[in-house]
Amino acid sequence: MRHLLNTLYITNPDAYVSRDGENVVIKVDNNEVMRRPIHILEGIVCFNYVGISPGLMRLCVENNVGVSFLNEYGRFIARLSGEVKGNVLLRRTQYRYADDKGKAVSISKNFIIGKIANCRSVLSRAIRDHGNSIDVDNMNHVLGNLSSALEDVKKTSDSDELRGIEGEAARSYFSVFNNLILQQKQDFNFTERNRRPPVDNINALLSYAYTLLTFEMESALETVGLDPYVGFFHTDRPGRVSLALDMIEELRPYMAERFVISLINRKQISPDGFIAKESGGIIMDKDTKAAFLTAWQKRKQEEITHPFLNEKIEIGLLPYVQAMLMARFLRNDIESYPPFFMG
Amino acid sequence: MYSEDELLSLSGIQHYYFCKRQWALIHVEQQWSENMATMEGKVIHENADDPFFTETRKNTFISRAIPLVSYRLGFYGIADIVEFTVSKSGVEVKGRDGKWLPNIVEYKRGKPKEDERDIVQLVAQALCLEEMLKCKIASSDFFYNETKRRVKVEITEALRNQVVILSDEMHRIYSERITPKAESGKHCKSCSLTDICMPRLTSKKASVANYIDKYTKAGGDGN
Repeated sequence: MRHLLNTLYITNPDAYVSRDGENVVIKVDNNEVMRRPIHILEGIVCFNYVGISPGLMRLCVENNVGVSFLNEYGRFIARLSGEVKGNVLLRRTQYRYADDKGKAVSISKNFIIGKIANCRSVLSRAIRDHGNSIDVDNMNHVLGNLSSALEDVKKTSDSDELRGIEGEAARSYFSVFNNLILQQKQDFNFTERNRRPPVDNINALLSYAYTLLTFEMESALETVGLDPYVGFFHTDRPGRVSLALDMIEELRPYMAERFVISLINRKQISPDGFIAKESGGIIMDKDTKAAFLTAWQKRKQEEITHPFLNEKIEIGLLPYVQAMLMARFLRNDIESYPPFFMG
Repeated sequence: MYSEDELLSLSGIQHYYFCKRQWALIHVEQQWSENMATMEGKVIHENADDPFFTETRKNTFISRAIPLVSYRLGFYGIADIVEFTVSKSGVEVKGRDGKWLPNIVEYKRGKPKEDERDIVQLVAQALCLEEMLKCKIASSDFFYNETKRRVKVEITEALRNQVVILSDEMHRIYSERITPKAESGKHCKSCSLTDICMPRLTSKKASVANYIDKYTKAGGDGN
């Protein structure tokens, strides 16, 4: 498997990123604060406003380094992409399948099966590890719901019904999500999932994690020659990366939710790092974002065995591997798309 | 005869000979992945320090980067170096007096391969040149960078037939746009496309249905 390289997250609003030879140079107030060779990078994510130089953009495109621009809240603004990768035939197949209701729903089922199964694994692992300090009865009840939701997903062939099952399963799962918080409980309290804007600390963390995951999925899809904008479960909407959103469904519990939980439980994030805006929306301060990104980058380097490939990979490569498997499925190498299941 | 639109890259014949799937990934699916081997290849081709630098001798001249095409094979490509030598049985060459016989010199990194993948490429180049110059080429050379040696290859009838058969197969697969399944083996180790190819994916009968069942059975998380 290919190697996972570093992603450079630029959060300082005053940073300007430019090129010097084969190096990426970050300057603040015209003083160099960091310098890295391009070949150790996989992507650059700019949360800043000052931006990056055209010369650096070219260097990134030539070296296959993805560049994304997000605003300070983590909302996606733009992405830099070079030549369209890969094969027009693969994209055509993707579009044909997306237009074919029967095919689209059967692929979508696998995303949702992956998602619900992974939600179930997150909860059963919590019971296994902390059974004496959480409300096991309630959790077991939800586990039962998730198991029957899985059976329902397998049986359905209707996209609206699938959406219904997925929504119900998510509600059920998030209803016991607060049980997973074992530390700093008075400051990290989860009642329900909300996002525009997130109104509590945990939702702010979750939103941030989903944003990063979506960005990584989007780059991975580009890399294998798929169009991140044309999905099977999420319908087309201008500017929405529907396929990337489809494909992170199964990765959310493992890569985002469990990550956020452990940030809180390991006290890598402190409640002081959140600011409540007048509107009720919660945002993270600079240090909290930095701590989040450092932990995220570290987590990406942990190794797991991919359950379908049976190969050791870094967690950060999961989006790429799943994108690859999707491409291989669309090219007819495998009979259907194998979602990622956490062990 | 193939039309211009149907021409395939001549250099693909060595990929095809090595592995049909590798060729399809590169030429049909347009995937390309550089590894040490392909990087080295590039460097060698860009290398100015080469033994053919003395351009013109009395009876020979050297031409570089010659565009090639064969409508019979349906191939196009470029020959690194062609040496032309004065010969009564030769052909006329634009801008030169007299008659000349072409001899291709193909650069390769490393040393001669155990299989014939380089040879079929050289023969395909020769067939292109024959078609373009309307001549007959009896032999051509490799220059191997690792051994710094020239190796002569006779362009035999058997090799010519083999190249025609390979070109027929390549055009058939290309027109179907189907990437052949992997025949995984030792050669996968030296392939720069293994990550993209995932050879075991197509060779093992990996059932996605069984995989999903295993991880979704009641209460199960795959353990």
